[in-house]
Amino acid sequence: MATLASSASPPHRKKKSKARSSMPGFGLSMGLTLLWLSVIVLIPLSAVFIRSAGEGWDAFWASAASERAIAAYRVSFGTAFIAGAVNSVFGLLVAWVLVRYEFPFKRLVNALVDLPFALPTAVAGIALTALYADTGWVGKLLPAGLPIAYHLPGIVIALTFIGLPFVVRTVEPVLAQMGKESEEAAATLGATRLQNFTRVIFPTIAPALATGFSLAFARGIGEYGSVIFIAGNMPFHTEIAPLLIITQLEQYNYAGATAIAVVMLIASFFMLLLLNLLQGWQRRRVAS
Amino acid sequence: MRFRSPLQEGALVRSALILAALAYLLLILLLPLVAVFAEAFRAGLPGWIEAVAEPDARAAIKLTLLVAAIAVPLNVVFGIAASWAITKHDFRGKELLITLIDLPFSVSPVVSGLIYVLLFGAHGWFGAWLQEHDIEIIFALPGILLATVFVTFPFVARELIPLMTAQGRTDEEAALSLGASGWQTFWNVTLPNIRWGLLYGVLLCNARAMGEFGAVSVVSGHIRGETNTMPLHVEVLYNEYNFVAAFAVASLLAMLALITLILKTFLEWRHRDAIAAMGH
Repeated sequence: MATLASSASPPHRKKKSKARSSMPGFGLSMGLTLLWLSVIVLIPLSAVFIRSAGEGWDAFWASAASERAIAAYRVSFGTAFIAGAVNSVFGLLVAWVLVRYEFPFKRLVNALVDLPFALPTAVAGIALTALYADTGWVGKLLPAGLPIAYHLPGIVIALTFIGLPFVVRTVEPVLAQMGKESEEAAATLGATRLQNFTRVIFPTIAPALATGFSLAFARGIGEYGSVIFIAGNMPFHTEIAPLLIITQLEQYNYAGATAIAVVMLIASFFMLLLLNLLQGWQRRRVAS
Repeated sequence: MRFRSPLQEGALVRSALILAALAYLLLILLLPLVAVFAEAFRAGLPGWIEAVAEPDARAAIKLTLLVAAIAVPLNVVFGIAASWAITKHDFRGKELLITLIDLPFSVSPVVSGLIYVLLFGAHGWFGAWLQEHDIEIIFALPGILLATVFVTFPFVARELIPLMTAQGRTDEEAALSLGASGWQTFWNVTLPNIRWGLLYGVLLCNARAMGEFGAVSVVSGHIRGETNTMPLHVEVLYNEYNFVAAFAVASLLAMLALITLILKTFLEWRHRDAIAAMGH
């Protein structure tokens, strides 16, 4: 009897706790979360779309696809892409060196990688401008025909600064957790180090590298503070999309600013979707 | 005869890779940091002190501290509540909720400011009503706060969710079965368990709150001595070609960044296991 009762009761209790969590505070914590999320993020963000829809399609298209706006998207997306590509190469190099090698001041170097996360963007912006202007430490050394500050390469430099930790910090853990077995197997079969890297290591870290690139790219297309000081900000040439939004706002052209913001937000959502897909890819790669 | 492991690059390749990585970090990261301090002290220590102690600079420092002191605790409360709901309970749509919490990270800072202008600005939805009741949000402290809370929204939750997922629910279940109330369980069991991860999140949240530029720039109105935070004050000085003063104020923010990095490194070193669970 006693054994029957004791063996019957645990499954019953388990079932009950699965149906409703035994943890308290669901209503309070969930309520607070949804309230704060709605008030701070969801309602304000939806305002952009509702406001833009209120202006009608023609007005939206006239602003969102104006020549100046298209030029600004091209600058923002193009420079963010180049900076992301540069960071993919050097971010991988930095992650590799941090994971695989020992060298003096490694912990210091490791901490320095996070500087772009901690340094306010405006500070980075004026520092980079001071460095790469004609009279700056780096600008002085450059040949006269190669202007960086106030031209497109300046924007790329700023976005390279901002994006580096995204690539390093995404690739690093995957590289560190990677087992040596496949590398050993390849080496036994006579693979050189280079073959081992291109055929074994790179395919394993490729999803992480793609994720790091996408994170850096997504951050780059919206970046403002570090770019505007070094960009030159010439309409059609070095004007980034976020700056165009501000310019429209300052001219009280709310509809124009909102239309460009809608395009930028859709780009952000698309990047978010892409990142989710990449995460799935990475999970499968790690699992296999 | 020297033996080289087939899984190790040659010494020459290794040194070349290390040097290349260090050279890149030096050029891209370290040089700008050094430049901030070099420019800030170009007029010597007296020039630096003068720029930092000037009334508009002092007002900017005060405003930045005030904004962080309000925005960070708000997001700490939210972050803990969200992590508790997500990690201690099962419900449908959890993944979607996590994505929505992360959303502010992928929105351009300028758009983050714009959304509040569309709501509360003079031509915004509530603009006329606010004007009637003499409430200032845009070009005033509340607007700056809203924009700052938006951009720092995910930081705390993002650090806590992976940590609390890894820790599971067994500690809390034990406390509850011994008769502790929900609040007792939270204060005496959960909070001590997550304190280092929480501190880590607060650190990053605070750095961003004090340094935010784009979002705050849209809603602040750039009124000197009133609605200029430190990063905005740096911009104003810089655009006036007052470079020494601009870099002096910027050097304060750079020091904040350095302190953040030092504390972060310390936390990572001291509480490796807890931080590792957060998936960095």
